[in-house]
Amino acid sequence: MTDNRVLYAGVDIGASRTKVALLDLKKNLTGFSIKKSGTDFSRTAEECLIEALIMANASRDAVTRTVSTGYGRTNVTFSNDTRTEIGCHAKGAFHYFSRAMTIIDIGGQDNKVIKLDSEGRRINFKMNRKCAAGTGAFLEEMSARLDIPIEEMDGLAKQSTEMVELGSFCTVFSATEVLEKIRQGKKVPDIVKGLFFSVIKRVLEMDLITPPIVMTGGVVEHNSYLVEMIRSKTGVEALLPEHPQLTGAVGAALFAMEL
Amino acid sequence: MSEEKKPARKKFECQGLYNKVMANHFYELDEASKTGSKKIAWCTSVGPAELLRGMGFLVYFPENHGAMLGATRMATELIPYANAIGYSPDICSYLTSDIGSFMQKKTPLTTAYKIESVPKPDILVFNTNQCRDVQDWFAWYSRELKVPMVGIHTHRDIGEIRNFQVNDIAKQTESLIPALEKAAGQKFDIDRFKEAIELSRQASVLWRACLETASAIPSPWTFFDATIHMGPAVVARGTKEAVDYYEVLLKELNERVAGKVAAIDNERHRIYWDGMPIWGKLSTLSNQFAELNTCIVASTYCNSWIFDQLDPKDPFESMGRAYTELFIVRDEAFKEKYMQNCFEKYKFDGMIFHDAKTCPNNSNNRYGLPERISKGLGVPQLTINGDLNDLRCYSEEQAKTNIEAFIEQLDER
Ligand code: SF4
Repeated sequence: MTDNRVLYAGVDIGASRTKVALLDLKKNLTGFSIKKSGTDFSRTAEECLIEALIMANASRDAVTRTVSTGYGRTNVTFSNDTRTEIGCHAKGAFHYFSRAMTIIDIGGQDNKVIKLDSEGRRINFKMNRKCAAGTGAFLEEMSARLDIPIEEMDGLAKQSTEMVELGSFCTVFSATEVLEKIRQGKKVPDIVKGLFFSVIKRVLEMDLITPPIVMTGGVVEHNSYLVEMIRSKTGVEALLPEHPQLTGAVGAALFAMEL
Repeated sequence: MSEEKKPARKKFECQGLYNKVMANHFYELDEASKTGSKKIAWCTSVGPAELLRGMGFLVYFPENHGAMLGATRMATELIPYANAIGYSPDICSYLTSDIGSFMQKKTPLTTAYKIESVPKPDILVFNTNQCRDVQDWFAWYSRELKVPMVGIHTHRDIGEIRNFQVNDIAKQTESLIPALEKAAGQKFDIDRFKEAIELSRQASVLWRACLETASAIPSPWTFFDATIHMGPAVVARGTKEAVDYYEVLLKELNERVAGKVAAIDNERHRIYWDGMPIWGKLSTLSNQFAELNTCIVASTYCNSWIFDQLDPKDPFESMGRAYTELFIVRDEAFKEKYMQNCFEKYKFDGMIFHDAKTCPNNSNNRYGLPERISKGLGVPQLTINGDLNDLRCYSEEQAKTNIEAFIEQLDER
């Protein structure tokens, strides 16, 4: 049976998660899927697409064009073209908030600060340097060190009454600092809040912020306290798209529509 | 996926001649090193090579060897040996890879020219105009090989050039003569020196003309070509071979310009590159830019290698001037102006700054210059983190994505 619907697919293969977004002609998100990227990117992309199609109740024929992005963008066998994740996050964020903005994307392995003008054109962008500071990987590493499931960190940070400040750039040095704080008898929620604050600091020191901030990526989707922290630290409006983690995939689908 | 676009880097007809000039340079040194037929001076890249030629020395440039270690990707393996004897991974990776190479008795000259080791020096001559690292680099060899070391200490961060600076460098250069005469075993010959100065000037004029052909749209060559073809300007400075080579190269480039032969098919963007080449990734980066139809038309690295102030009528003073006017020893205001002039000449629409972890001296992004110049010229800029030789400091995927995203950004304008 052929499906007469027209859908556009965006595939975002990040270092940590693979995201697929399906948009219809009116740019509505009709289906999506998120999975661990694993070691076989093509296969994960394929599986995500199937899941997203099930959600959209559509067949594969409906997918008119696909654009892939992210770390594994060239591994998607069914993609028609590729764009960088910087381009796709910009496209996706501007789709939700059509104005000049600063996008802060906190991903699993890297983070980006992207500035857009009022037409959605990139003015400049910066990616983190080589290390994990300010990325999801930092929080993952710390959750392992503290033996706290990553999904519990947000709740713990919210319980903090007195934040513990951590000073180091380096993930390994931060871990040592954390051990030191534990030895000093600091409370776990206060340490976790300190870890969150360290992520925020690393990101905010990458560039000057032009308001509003639009936050994207899986880390803020799962840790809403980070958004609160950004708001209070900068005093700037911080907006979130419908699914922050899908922003890049939505941007890729929008590019697919324009091909 | 759409079919991969094939990058097309055009070959130069003078490549054969280039190979010959470079090979002769190393064979001559190797022969002298083995037989003692001629004295050998090691010289830093902008050291007083003309004076050394005037003394009858064959001149060997460790920085060139450093670049070869980088380009052959031997460097990353060898650097740790120098780290282990106390030379930090944060200092010049030419230095650390070269010392590591000496310690391990491994050189890219073996694969390229079947030469077993670098030539033995009779004297080591530095000029700190590049950085302090060169002095420490040569000092290691001086201790290790028990060879004398002499040098020139350059003024740094210079705005307007004053006579006292030029005179000082001229005097320092002249004062090297007794030590050089001793190592050379012969008297200084002013006519030979003047001849070397004149040849160096001629090669510089030609090299400048070669670089300036890239102001043509489309450009006949790229930064990646120029980093290679710069070889004779470095190692054969002050010789007739260099002059002859650049005459041939210039002719070929001019023919390309006349025939509108583009280095990059369908040139869409023109970029300025600041900072050192990432030697071990030259061809990967060259292919990436070609795929993006983007030509790097000018660079601080190649374009600042011009010494046409040299004048045989006033050899010491003009050397002093050439070394003091050098980009690397100038202040930020000069550097900014220099890049603005390049912008006017080469009409680039983006600038990429390479922040080389181990070479702050050639990384001009660290004091807000990219932001200032980008604002002033209205040209977007990107900084990528990497290194000249130490690939442990380079994340290929990050750099690749940054470059691709930057070109997307230029496309949106
Ligand atoms: S200028 Fe940079 S690359 Fe050259 S010798 Fe000095 S530190 Fe090394």
